[in-house]
Amino acid sequence: MSDELQLTFLSGFRPAWAGELRRRAGEVLGLPVRSVQLDLDLRTFHAPEREQYHATLMLAELLRHLPPTGGRIVGITDVDLYIPVLTFVFGQAQLGGPGAVVSVMRLHNEYYGLPPDESLLVDRAVKEVVHEVGHGLGLVHCPDYRCVMSSSTYVEDVDLKSERFCPSCRALAAEGIRERRRAAGS
Amino acid sequence: MKKPRILIVDDEHSVRSSLREWFLEDGFEVETAEDGLDALRHLDDGAFDLMIVDLKMPGMDGISLQRRVREIDPDATIIILTAFASVETAVEALKMGAFDYVTKPVDPDELSHTVRRALERKQLSEENVRLREKVSELSGATPILGQSPSMRHVLELVESVATTDASVVIRGESGTGKELIARAIHAQSPRRFFPIVAVNCGAIPETLLESELFGHEKGAFTGAQYRRKGKIELAHGGTLFLDEIGDIPAKMQVDLLRVLESHRFTRLGGTQEIESDFRLICATNRDLEELVREGTFREDLYYRIHVFAIDVPPLRERREDIPELVEHFVHKFGRAMGKPPKQLTADADQLLRSYDWPGNVRELENAIERAMVVGQGNRIRPEDLPLHVEREAARPKERSLEALERDHIERVLREESGNVSQAARVLGIDRGTLYNKMKKYGIRSG
Repeated sequence: MSDELQLTFLSGFRPAWAGELRRRAGEVLGLPVRSVQLDLDLRTFHAPEREQYHATLMLAELLRHLPPTGGRIVGITDVDLYIPVLTFVFGQAQLGGPGAVVSVMRLHNEYYGLPPDESLLVDRAVKEVVHEVGHGLGLVHCPDYRCVMSSSTYVEDVDLKSERFCPSCRALAAEGIRERRRAAGS
Repeated sequence: MKKPRILIVDDEHSVRSSLREWFLEDGFEVETAEDGLDALRHLDDGAFDLMIVDLKMPGMDGISLQRRVREIDPDATIIILTAFASVETAVEALKMGAFDYVTKPVDPDELSHTVRRALERKQLSEENVRLREKVSELSGATPILGQSPSMRHVLELVESVATTDASVVIRGESGTGKELIARAIHAQSPRRFFPIVAVNCGAIPETLLESELFGHEKGAFTGAQYRRKGKIELAHGGTLFLDEIGDIPAKMQVDLLRVLESHRFTRLGGTQEIESDFRLICATNRDLEELVREGTFREDLYYRIHVFAIDVPPLRERREDIPELVEHFVHKFGRAMGKPPKQLTADADQLLRSYDWPGNVRELENAIERAMVVGQGNRIRPEDLPLHVEREAARPKERSLEALERDHIERVLREESGNVSQAARVLGIDRGTLYNKMKKYGIRSG
């Protein structure tokens, strides 16, 4: 079974910084990463009364596109995501599962009425992708505010943390990867 | 560290599952229930640190569920989830004791903050209960006094057994301070930051003792209006002190033995097994071995509790400790009554040393308290002491030769200000013989 992380850009979202995201996420996670495009009909997940997209349903659909060789899949979209009980989410993952979905909509400076800053946007996207993959490796939120696994409910929290794991989460992530390899081998 | 347990109660599957994922990622242990009855079933299987309850549900709504939950567990922490934000429902929920309410959809930051505050409050409130226990334990504490060889030996045993987790049986007559010894063991043990929970098995009727020890669920018997934790559960992390263990009824002996073997039990009327990690200290003024021979105390329980034994001597066997005890009690009651400490007259001092103190230190304490109340001026005179002390001490006793010898040696040593060589000369024996006799009778020279 493959270790590969598949960054899947959804429904016409093709950012210029896709290559940089792939390179930096791969470096932090220590996993092979490739990026692909996938056309999903996002209307299926749209909630008109909220003008948002249902993250859980989108994630369920995404998992159907997991390569037959296994690995991990992270869907990246520029639409706003929600789960029913919360006003929004930056992303959603299955704890210990192979899939996640990340929205970059609220990671743009423009969303907050600020001038665009692509470098900051890529920093934030890298952190969110690594964070959601961390959940996939079984990691829960970390109390160390510098660790990429610390919880972020505002974009300021995302800016505060680094894109790297703290030593404790790094060890747990490595264990998560080994665990998965062992399970695949057995 | 134990993960906090959260129960999410909502009739909408999508809300339950998304909240579940959200809290799992935050490191919580999460269970979900689809309605009020399902939630109550979950509560039967164990307590939760926090419940998040939807207000509008078919059947039992959130407010009714909250009422039911608080009947079972008045300490339950509940956050109400509502899509119908209105002042009335919010106020009603808060009046019923909800920690807070949030409206759906809720801002992730608001939800995180509310949950964190709720758990912090719960933790503080639990810590408060623990500290109150500790304060009452410390404020009521009396130091163990006595420099006699027999008491020094007891204190050495206390020190050596305290750091272990072994069960201890403390034997001694009524009033010798067995509970003080138990508290001293606890205070020097690694469990000292957790409570010592004391139960006097002889003072509680058999029917109540079971619920006192094991706790009960709501409705377990008439009058059981709330779930109540028993002493075994409250002693978790600390020490369980069972006083008058020899008085424990036969059926309870079986139940107690089972708990001591597994450290697991169920509350009366409950099905959920509860684990409690405690150290056991027992005390008795009865001869447990004799009770085992008579068949009124189980032999297996005897061996289970009897890992280490400490015998506390009666006061009449350590008369040299009386002056120090008297001084302590005089100061203690003086402080409590706002009076200056009093001195004993020579006659009163002699009386206290001659009396046999069948009620031991407790009787001495009561006698001094009385003297501090009734005594005039700054002296305690024989007439200030309880009448029976005066009469008994004055009454000529049929005493053994050894008792007379001991008293005589003590008196001579006092008269010679503790100088052993001088005392030996007066007694007409050599120093070595006097030292042997002092050792035999537990007399110290100072």
